[in-house]
Parts: sequence; C-alpha cells; structure tokens
Amino acid sequence: MAANIGILKRPVSTDGVWGWITTVDHKRIGILYGVSAFIFFLVGGIEALLMRVQLAQPDSTFVDAGTFNALFTMHGTTMVFMVVMPAGAAFFNFLVPLMIGARDVAFPRLNALSYWLFIFGAILMNFSFFKAAFPDVGWFGYAPLTTSEYTLSSSTDYWVLGLQIMGVGTTAAGFNFVITILNMRAPGMTLMRMPLFPWMTLIVSFLIIFAFPPLTIALTLLLFDRFFGTNFFDTAGAGADPLLWQHLFWIFGHPEVYILILPAMGIVSDVLPTFSRKPLFGYTTVVFAGAVIAFLGFGVWAHHMFTTGLGAWATAAFAGATMAIGVPTGVKVFNWLATLWGGSIQFKTPLLFALGFISMFMLGGLSGVMHAAVPVDTQQQDTYFIVAHFHYVLFGGSIFGLTAGIYYWFPKMTGRMLSERIGKWHFWLMFIGFNATFMPMHILGVLGMPRRVYTYSVDQNWAGLNLFVSVGAFIIAVSILLLIINIVRSARKGEAAGMNPWAGATLEWAIPSPPPHYNFAVIPTVRSQHPLWDEEANAVEPPPLPAHGEPHMPDPSYWPIVVAFGITMVAGGLLIWQANTWLGLFVIAVSGFIGMRGIYGWVFEPVAEESAERVHAHH
Amino acid sequence: MQYLSGIDDHRTSTGLDNRKMLMWAFLGSDVMFFGTLIGTHLIYRNRNLSGPQEEILSIPITTISTFVLLMSSLAMVLALAGIQRGNMGQFRFWTAIVCIFGSIFIGFQMFEFTEFAAHYGLTPRTNLFGSTFLVMTGFHGTHVAVGILWLWSILFASYKGKIHQGNSLQVEIAGLYWHFVDIVWIVIFGVVYLIGAYGAEGRALEDAHHAARAVGIG
Repeated sequence: MAANIGILKRPVSTDGVWGWITTVDHKRIGILYGVSAFIFFLVGGIEALLMRVQLAQPDSTFVDAGTFNALFTMHGTTMVFMVVMPAGAAFFNFLVPLMIGARDVAFPRLNALSYWLFIFGAILMNFSFFKAAFPDVGWFGYAPLTTSEYTLSSSTDYWVLGLQIMGVGTTAAGFNFVITILNMRAPGMTLMRMPLFPWMTLIVSFLIIFAFPPLTIALTLLLFDRFFGTNFFDTAGAGADPLLWQHLFWIFGHPEVYILILPAMGIVSDVLPTFSRKPLFGYTTVVFAGAVIAFLGFGVWAHHMFTTGLGAWATAAFAGATMAIGVPTGVKVFNWLATLWGGSIQFKTPLLFALGFISMFMLGGLSGVMHAAVPVDTQQQDTYFIVAHFHYVLFGGSIFGLTAGIYYWFPKMTGRMLSERIGKWHFWLMFIGFNATFMPMHILGVLGMPRRVYTYSVDQNWAGLNLFVSVGAFIIAVSILLLIINIVRSARKGEAAGMNPWAGATLEWAIPSPPPHYNFAVIPTVRSQHPLWDEEANAVEPPPLPAHGEPHMPDPSYWPIVVAFGITMVAGGLLIWQANTWLGLFVIAVSGFIGMRGIYGWVFEPVAEESAERVHAHH
Repeated sequence: MQYLSGIDDHRTSTGLDNRKMLMWAFLGSDVMFFGTLIGTHLIYRNRNLSGPQEEILSIPITTISTFVLLMSSLAMVLALAGIQRGNMGQFRFWTAIVCIFGSIFIGFQMFEFTEFAAHYGLTPRTNLFGSTFLVMTGFHGTHVAVGILWLWSILFASYKGKIHQGNSLQVEIAGLYWHFVDIVWIVIFGVVYLIGAYGAEGRALEDAHHAARAVGIG
C-alpha cells in the first residue's frame, strides 16, 4: 500500500496553517465555515449599508445606477450563498456529530472538499470585481437577461461559475450529512430520540440533494448558452420559453428558503427547552412539521411567478399549496410557545435571540401568507413590501436563530462564555435596529416604492421613511460591532465554561469544552431524548480514555484542497478561454488533470505510516 | 445514558455501509439532474419547428444500442456474482464485457451525433431540439463514460490485489451506478425516442389531413 500512486505523503501534523489546510476534523471544518461566513456577512453588510446611504436621500448621486445593480446583486448572492448557508454548515459540522454521539461525519475528506469548493467558488465570484465588475443581474440571475445577447459583461460568467462551484460543494455536504445522521448515531440514539437540530439538519440535507440539481442544470444550460451558443434561453432567435429559467430557478429557489430557515428552527427548538427547564413541547409534531414544510416546499415555486400569467388553475393550485405551508409552520410556533409556558425561564442571551427569532419570524411568516393570496401578491410584486417580508424571514428568522446558536454553543466551541452584558446590549440594539430598518419597508412597499430602484425623486414622498430605514441599518451595524467585540474579548478572557454551562440535556454537553479531537473517549449509549436530564448516572464525569489511548481518528489529507483547486481552475480556464482560446484550453487541461489526479490520489490514499503503526499496536 | 466499553465504533446505525448509502443518495439526487434535462426537452418539444426535429431519430439503430447497454447490465450482475463468490476469472471477464458494451454504446452515440451533424446539420446551436436533445443525451453519455472509467479502474486495481472478494462492496457500488445509468437510458429511449418518433408520425398524419381538407378531398 505504501507504494501508492500518490506523489504527496499523507500528512500527519495538525499544527499550524498546514494543519488547517489538510484538516478533516469536523470541528475545525465547522470553525472554517463559521469564520468564512462571518467575513462574508461583513462584506454583504457593507454592501447593504452602501445601498442605504444611497437611498437615504432623494435624487442621491452617492452611487450610480449600475453600481447599485451590482450592490443588490452581490448583497443577495452573498447573504444567501456565502453567509446563511455556510453559517448553517458551520453548526452542522461542529455540532451534529457531537449531538448524535459520533466521532466525526461519515466522510471526513468529502467534508473538507465541500468547504474548499465553497470558499474557492465564493472567491472566484468576488474575483470578478478585479477582472470586470461585480455581477449585476440580481441574485436570481433571470435568463434571458443573463444571456450574452443582453449581458455582455463577463461578470455574469463569474456569477454562473462561482455559484456552480459553491453548489457542488453544498450538494456534497448534503450527501455527507444525510449519511452521517442516518448511519453514525450512537447506540440507542434512535431517530426519535435525536435533538431537533440534527433532525432539521437531516431535513435540510435532503432538501439540498434534491433542490440543488435543478439549479446546477439551469446554470449549466445558461453556461452553454453563453459559452457555446446553444439556444436554451434564446427567446428572440430560437423561440425559447422566457419562463424556463424562472421555473428551474424557483424549483431550486423555494426549497432554498427552507434550507435557510430550518437550521435556525432546529437551533431555537434546542435552545428553548434548555432555558425553560422543560422538554420541547410536542417533540414528534415539531419533527414532522419540519418534514412537511420541506415536502410542501417543493410544490410552491410558482408563487414567485404569480404575475407571469401562468393561468388561473396553476396560480390557484400554487396559492393553495403556499397557504398550506402556514399550517406546519404554525404548529411549530405553537409548540415553541407551549415549551415556554409554565417553564422556569432564564433570560440568558441565547433565549433572547430565540424569542427574537419566534416573534420576527412570525411577522415574516404572516406577510408571507398575505402574498400567497394572488390578488394581494399582484399588488405587492416587486415592491419594498416583498423586501420587508423576506428580510423578516431571513434576518428576523435565520440570522436571529443563528445568533442564538452562536451564544448558546460558543462556550462548547471555545471553552469560554460570551459576555452576557454585551450580549444583551447586542440583542436589544439588533432587535431595535432590525425593526427600524425593515418595518417601514412594508409601508414604503404599500406606498408603491419598487424594489431595486437606485433612487427616487423628492415629490414621491418616500424620503422620510427611507432616511429612517437607513438610520436603522446603521443601528444594526453597531450591534454587529458589539458581537465582534464580545467574541474577541471572550475568546481570550471570557469566563471558563466547563462541560455544561447551561445545564443542557443533549450529548454535546457531556464532553469537555472545547471537545477533544476524538469527541467521545467512549461512545455513549443513549436511553432517552434527554440523556443528561433523565438519568442520575449522568451526574458522573465522562469515563477516562481507555487503556489503549486515544481513539484512532482519520488522518489529515491534502487531496480535498487539491481536487477543489482543480475543479475551480477548470472554471478559471473557461473564463480565460473567452479572451485567449489556447491559454484557456491549456489551463482547462492542466487543472482537469490536477482534479482527476486528486481523485485517484484520494481513492488510493493510505493511512499515515505513524498512525498505521499506532493502529497496528492496538490489535 | 451510560458508557459501555467495547462497543464497536465501526458499526453503522442502519447496518448499511456508509459508501453504499452514499451511492443511493447520489442516485436519488441524480434523478433530479436527469429529470430537469428530460423535462426541459419535453417542454421545448415541437415548440419551434424550424430545422431538424425528432423525426430524424432512428428507432432501429437506437434499439440495437439500447439492447447492448441492457446486456452490459446483465454482464455487471455476472461480474458482481463472480467476485462475491471469489471467482476472480468470472469477475474480470464480465467486467471487461461491461466496459466493452458500454464503449459500443458510446460508439453508437458518437455515430448518431456525427450523422445528425453531417446529414441534417444538427448541432447544439441549430435549434431548440438540437440544444435539448444533444445536451441531455450528452449528459447521459458522460455518465456512461465515467462508469467505464470507474469499472476499468476497478478491473486494473484487481490485478494489483486491491480489489478482491473481501471488498466486493466496491464492485457492488459501481454496479449500482451502472444499473442506474441503464435505467435512465430506458426512460430516455421511451420518452424521447419512442414518443418522439411516434409524435412526429402523428404530426405528419395531421398535416396530411389538413392538406387534404384544404384541397377539398378530406
């Protein structure tokens, strides 16, 4: 085996930068996802603030129309694909194996590949700024607008290829978590004993592996149209259907909404019981409500297209299905409220953010049911009312939920508590800033202010509310600054957390903080939904390492980043190919070889020699 | 909760091997890839009638290539049965047959594509039919090619002793993939070729009726 076809020796060290580049440890990959998502959150936030500066005054000339198009395009794309999804992935990675009692995910190297594809795809897309301009076609990239007939700029090619690469990484992660959760649970951890967060991760992973293929194909067709002159979206010349892209995109795009919100719902469902000191009310119904939301989520895409003239029957069916999603969502909300009811509530920061999630997500959900009604939607289409709605869902919902997760699990990740005092300031500033920003947008929408306009005139009477909104946006920015201060200060000198600072019920609290790289010295056997609450035996410390020493964990590997680099540079070669055919083909050939070589190296990679000896010694 | 020492870490919750489950999940996802492409083809069918259309599809020739692909699935079954019983000779012979039959199928497809280009001027740029048909069947052909490469690698590895009765699961997983790619072809053959050719015939009949009525003999 040692005489494998690999040119690189399998790395053994986990220290330094190389340790992070070659890591296959789910906790480290989770931290990489989290840090990357946070950096992009700041980028996307700055893009939002620039838009708010522009819109604060009527007839403003702070940015021009083209720049504004680029700003809203990259704000949307960044927040959806480079912030909320990877932030969810950060929690999946760090926590799911801990919560189900596993030592790692099912495919550790595939997990690393997912991360590298995500970060390379994100960098490739943002790189367009240096070569052409930022993409400016909207986060939904509607064709035929995005075909080369109407959008010559290669920024759209960067958008297509960057999204494609991130999508491949995401789909790989989806497979990984489906298998991990179905197959890697500790003995006794039946599906119906799993905490809600792994449950929602499982559902989101299924959504990913079924919803991303339509997007991947749609992007491929658009790529072929732009690069090779096919006719998929050529409406004028070949008679293509101008709605094909919209259908394919939203068949992906609506399940995507649940990919963004269900992780937050899982976090909140685990935070509420801890701070109410009682089990989640109606556990089974909360689980099944999540599954029903995901299932119905595949049958409602055309509610994004009510004004395109689909016909009365189709429109009515999609409206009905959309309203039906309100039912399982309502089931969840009532279960959360019933969990709090009669509990010994402790108003710690994670609970505040969870409560913020419930209330703000409720408002977003209600305005969602409003424009499920077709006549109302026809009025609200492309106005600021819609902007208000989906920010209540994605910021008031996803971001508040994910922030609850940060405060709840930061002690587990770092071994130190975040400051409660700064945390409460953070919460109230963000809560006030959020509502000041997005609540008036409902009114602006009803007053007729369209989305995506780069300015408005003074006689339209939108100036006052817009100024108010812009001030709110800066309040949010201040609250995020507090979060950064809190993280930086607490990571160094926060109060030591210990194993279980919140007296939580689930398995991740049964091991040290931060967890050792093998997670559990001995894999626990689970007998109930609340292993740390239900049994007296849990008062005892976890058992020490068995006599034969640390459990054997997978070795680090170079191949994930090599394969991800090969795939990304094939896309880079395609971009070069447009300007310089032969150089492009050369880059494609070389990177294709690197990618293929990486796959074969991966398949035949031996375990590192040192650990091979270690394993051998155990037998 | 309790800690029992001596629990086998490597036992999975379902008893199914992780890699096998991964392949099943991938195939479920792949259904959506093919579904999107076939759906796009069907939506665009008869939408713009300029240029060559589905009547150029040859049912007799494609029936032969379909038969060859189906027989490759039979060979795959025999190859797996061979390695599971430790009969490496049987495994190698039938795996080679799978690769050869798969390559014959690819050969038919290349013949089809070049014939369409030479006789009818059909390329992906010609019209909607050219775009949807060639990209969809090309995507399937790529799957077949990946399968051939994979099985060829397995065959090669078996001579180095890396594939043997003990890890016949590797062959089983590749087999799952191969059978899936065959099944997708049966769907394409039925939905795209047979319905396409039938539809073209029906359209021709309808046109004849209209023409007949127009001149007053219908």
